[in-house]
Amino acid sequence: MNNYSIPHAEENSKNPERQVYTVTEITRSIKFSLETEFPLVWIEGEISNLRIPSSGHMYLTIKDEESQIKVVMFRSGKSQLKFEPKDGDQVIVKGKITVYEPRGEYQIVIDCMEPKGIGALQLAFQQLKEKLSREGLFDDELKKTLPLLPQKIGIVTSPTGAAIRDILNIIDRRFPNLHVLIAPVKVQGEGAAQEIAAAVKDLNKIKDVDAIIVGRGGGSIEDLWAFNEEVVARAIFESKIPVVSAVGHEIDFTISDFVSDLRAPTPSAAAELVVRDKNILFKNIATLYKRLLGNIRGTLNESKTELKNLVSRKVLQDPLTPIHERQQRLDEITLRMERAIKSFLQIQKEKNRTNKKHLFLLNPLNKIKQHKVLLREAEKKINSQMNFTLNISRNTLNAAMKRLNSVSPLSVLERGYAICRTYPDEKVLKDSGKVSTGDLVKVQLSKGKLLCNVTGREKEK
Amino acid sequence: MAGLSFEKALERLEEIVENLENSDLDIDKSLKAFEEGVKLSRLCAKKLEEAEKKIELLIKGEKGEFITELFSPPNKEDD
Repeated sequence: MNNYSIPHAEENSKNPERQVYTVTEITRSIKFSLETEFPLVWIEGEISNLRIPSSGHMYLTIKDEESQIKVVMFRSGKSQLKFEPKDGDQVIVKGKITVYEPRGEYQIVIDCMEPKGIGALQLAFQQLKEKLSREGLFDDELKKTLPLLPQKIGIVTSPTGAAIRDILNIIDRRFPNLHVLIAPVKVQGEGAAQEIAAAVKDLNKIKDVDAIIVGRGGGSIEDLWAFNEEVVARAIFESKIPVVSAVGHEIDFTISDFVSDLRAPTPSAAAELVVRDKNILFKNIATLYKRLLGNIRGTLNESKTELKNLVSRKVLQDPLTPIHERQQRLDEITLRMERAIKSFLQIQKEKNRTNKKHLFLLNPLNKIKQHKVLLREAEKKINSQMNFTLNISRNTLNAAMKRLNSVSPLSVLERGYAICRTYPDEKVLKDSGKVSTGDLVKVQLSKGKLLCNVTGREKEK
Repeated sequence: MAGLSFEKALERLEEIVENLENSDLDIDKSLKAFEEGVKLSRLCAKKLEEAEKKIELLIKGEKGEFITELFSPPNKEDD
């Protein structure tokens, strides 16, 4: 040991270019190496320090005589466990190594744990299960549906086992006259798996097989092992006929169960799943028939009643009534129409008369007559007014004339005065000085005129 | 119709009954549906009775051909 450690240390101290990591860097590097190196490991050992806090995750240590390793199983994985692990249990776990950086610790995160002892077979089972699952052999959408009424059932099992007896009992009880075809096989031991697989294939070659039951009664895991073989799984998967797997008891799970179209917990249950109870089927049909019958009766009765109602309708009983009713209505309407037209005409006549009256009143001849009367009256008035005015004028004139007459020179002449005028220009002479002796003067008298010769003149003093 | 599987026949019968119960088919259609329904129910019953009781054992002949022989159930359990 010392031989190793001393030169090692010297080498380190001699090397100035040594690589120095931070803690985080080295932890990361270790984490990377470990997690890459061990992505999936199976480990067997004894459980110790098992604890399950309220988070539901499970923390434990797996150990053997010389070493121990920390293990974590998260809640999701834990819920898949088929047994309750406890301290001291020998187990096989499957998981990957992870490094928990904050503490620089490594641990195994496991998703699978099984009790050791059945280890090898169980491991093989797990591995095959995973492989086939990855290949899609368990996919639900590939599962075929069982026929409701299979006419011919194939059974792959031992002809001498408990399973065949149970299955036949159930079938006999549920559907006495069903065609059953048994493909006899070894269900355990050497070559059993091959026989089972071949029988499934053979049944697929037989005409009219509607469903296949593959199974056997209960037994140890080794007894049931043939149903965990890949050749059986593939034969079941490739079967064109729906396959029901019925291996062992309720608690036994085999690869056949996963790959089959339907898992039955036991062979009896398989028979019950495949074969319906004939009486129940009959009852179903009878019920449907009754409903059918009841329904058509109902429909017919309804139609009958409807027909009856129609026939008894008044229209059909007394077909003239509607015609009479209509006639009456027609008469009524005609009458109303006549009345209406009469009253309309009456109103028109009345209107016409009123109009005529108005027209008469408005006749221009009447106006002319009236105006004539007025005119005449006016004329009369004017005439009388004129006469009145004329009389007044005449009287005034007369008075004026009288007065005029009273001042007229002629009347003076009558009283003996004469008017002397020059001759020939006949200017009234008021001054004797205006004439000379020898001039002619004209003297007007009350009656007649004189032409006189001035012979002398006298001057006024 | 005789070629119909039991499932199909039963399904169709149910459909007819429901149609008759839930919809207002005219009488001609009702009668037609009824007639079909009756035929279907007879067919279903016949199919139920049809199977012949036979329990056979499948045996492969020497040339790989299939032979069947009647099977008598075992009386004792051996697995």
